Amino acid sequence: MRIRERIIETGLFFSALSSVFITLGIVIILTYESFGFFKEVAIVEFFTGTTWMPLFAEPKFGILPLVSGTLLTTAIALVVALPLGLISAIYLSEYAPHRLREMIKPVLELLAAVPTVVYGYFALFFLTPFLQNFLPELSGFNAISPGIIMGIMIVPYVSSVSEDAMKAVPMYIREGSYAMGATKFQTAFKVVIPAAFSGIAAAFIMGISRAIGETMVVAIAAGMMPNFTFNPMEPVQTLTSYIVQVSLGDVPHGTIEYRTIFAAGMTLFLMTLFFNIIGFWLRKRIREAY
Amino acid sequence: MTRSAIELKAEAKNLNFYYGPVHALKNINMPIERRKVTALIGPSGCGKTTFLRCFNRMHDLYPHNRYEGEIILYPDKINIISPEIDPIEIRMQISMVFQKPNPFPKSIYENVAYGLRVRGISRKGILDEAVEKSLRGAALWEEVKGRLNSLAVDLSGGQQQRLCIARALATGPRILLFDEPTSALDPTATSKIEELIIELKNEVTIIIVTHNMQQAARVSDYTAFMYLGEIIEFDKTDKIFTAPSNRLTEEYITGRFG
Ligand SMILES: Nc1ncnc2c1ncn2[C@@H]1O[C@H](COP(=O)(O)OP(=O)(O)OP(=O)(O)O)[C@@H](O)[C@H]1O
Ligand SMILES: [Mg+2]
Repeated sequence: MRIRERIIETGLFFSALSSVFITLGIVIILTYESFGFFKEVAIVEFFTGTTWMPLFAEPKFGILPLVSGTLLTTAIALVVALPLGLISAIYLSEYAPHRLREMIKPVLELLAAVPTVVYGYFALFFLTPFLQNFLPELSGFNAISPGIIMGIMIVPYVSSVSEDAMKAVPMYIREGSYAMGATKFQTAFKVVIPAAFSGIAAAFIMGISRAIGETMVVAIAAGMMPNFTFNPMEPVQTLTSYIVQVSLGDVPHGTIEYRTIFAAGMTLFLMTLFFNIIGFWLRKRIREAY
Repeated sequence: MTRSAIELKAEAKNLNFYYGPVHALKNINMPIERRKVTALIGPSGCGKTTFLRCFNRMHDLYPHNRYEGEIILYPDKINIISPEIDPIEIRMQISMVFQKPNPFPKSIYENVAYGLRVRGISRKGILDEAVEKSLRGAALWEEVKGRLNSLAVDLSGGQQQRLCIARALATGPRILLFDEPTSALDPTATSKIEELIIELKNEVTIIIVTHNMQQAARVSDYTAFMYLGEIIEFDKTDKIFTAPSNRLTEEYITGRFG
């Protein structure tokens, strides 16, 4: 019996370890290839340059246009996803009658199951022409339309994680609020949300990470134009869509053009890591208090 | 007991309560005297909590609950459980302290100020004054006055319960409801809360549910013994504990069942 337990334990340990190794492997390869890249391109030029033309005869390796494209589409997505996600979580957790909640939740989850390529074409062929009715100067490829669609795409994630956090707030805490004469609205905003804060923060961070990492929607509808701008009406390119663009092309291995993928990937990794660290810090700092 | 001499704060008249199909309170008739402590005792599941939570309409928070009859609040003579009366209106006047301390995930100050903020009061001067007065009233001021901005959950269990009492006092309630307020506390914290209850009845009418006979005897003026959703006996506490007129009451207080 003891031996069996040991075998099971060891097996579990190695399964858990494998994901650590895979992550480590990715980081090592990213670092190694980026290192090769930075032997040829100065780090300062890379992180401060405002022109990204790596495939031209006279290449320019300033990553800022891709960073601005990523931040811009992400910010637009968050403007949509955070309020909608939080509001729907509040509704589902605090207001919706049980039966209605059981009906809405699967629908929201279905929204998350739609392939992202469908969202991408929806942004390009539906939302952009629709927005052009009001914004005639909006170009066919732009940041705003994929940004909005990405936001809608991540609403279910933000909503479901926030809702779980709010549902986990014990009923007796809510009763304390109601007993003081608070309304449902006051209880939700003054007591439940603060009590569920760390979970909601985690949901937001997850939403940010997803928006930064989203590839297909921006690749299809944002224009693949490394454009250093914060104007949502213009075409842009994100780190992720640059990576697909080059991966799908025929740049030979080992060249500097090839290594730009890894430099861009490294930048992407650092950005996501940064937000996850913020999330971690928020969770530690604002303790769950019930 | 001479009914005419007492000043009523509330009175249950033919009160029945149903959790869906479960008939939890049966024909309850009972007066609550102003500025006195009324204790509800009885074996587990007899309906003490159910009865207490009728007074601030807590049952309205859950579906399928139904009241019948009246709980008249004096001197206004409104029926607390009437569907025409907004439960929030009732909870503005009748505060509750729960079995398990349930401070909000906020600072000590904000916990006490909560009831006033909910009522739209945000003037700092008013809040400061109410917070200090309530914390003094709950015998907690001296222990926390230097750290009003720290989190309430960092307090000990007994302090948290006194904080919940301060929170309940801050709005100047007319009736204060306690549901086994000391069952999660150690003996020292318990006797502090008991002293507090005796002190508070100078200002506010109190109804307390307790499992602890000694506690009921120590703090209350009136005691109701409940069994299977009914009031078996209601009388002055001295009378209940020295010469109960019902055999069930006697068996319960002498510890032969329950
Ligand atoms: N939500 C509910 N749904 C259905 N029945 C309930 C519900 N809450 C309580 N009851 C029933 O109502 C009766 C009275 O319960 P109540 O909680 O008022 O008892 P109590 O006297 O406070 O008991 P205790 O001393 O254990 O706290 C019990 O039979 C209980 O099973
Ligand atoms: Mg009870």
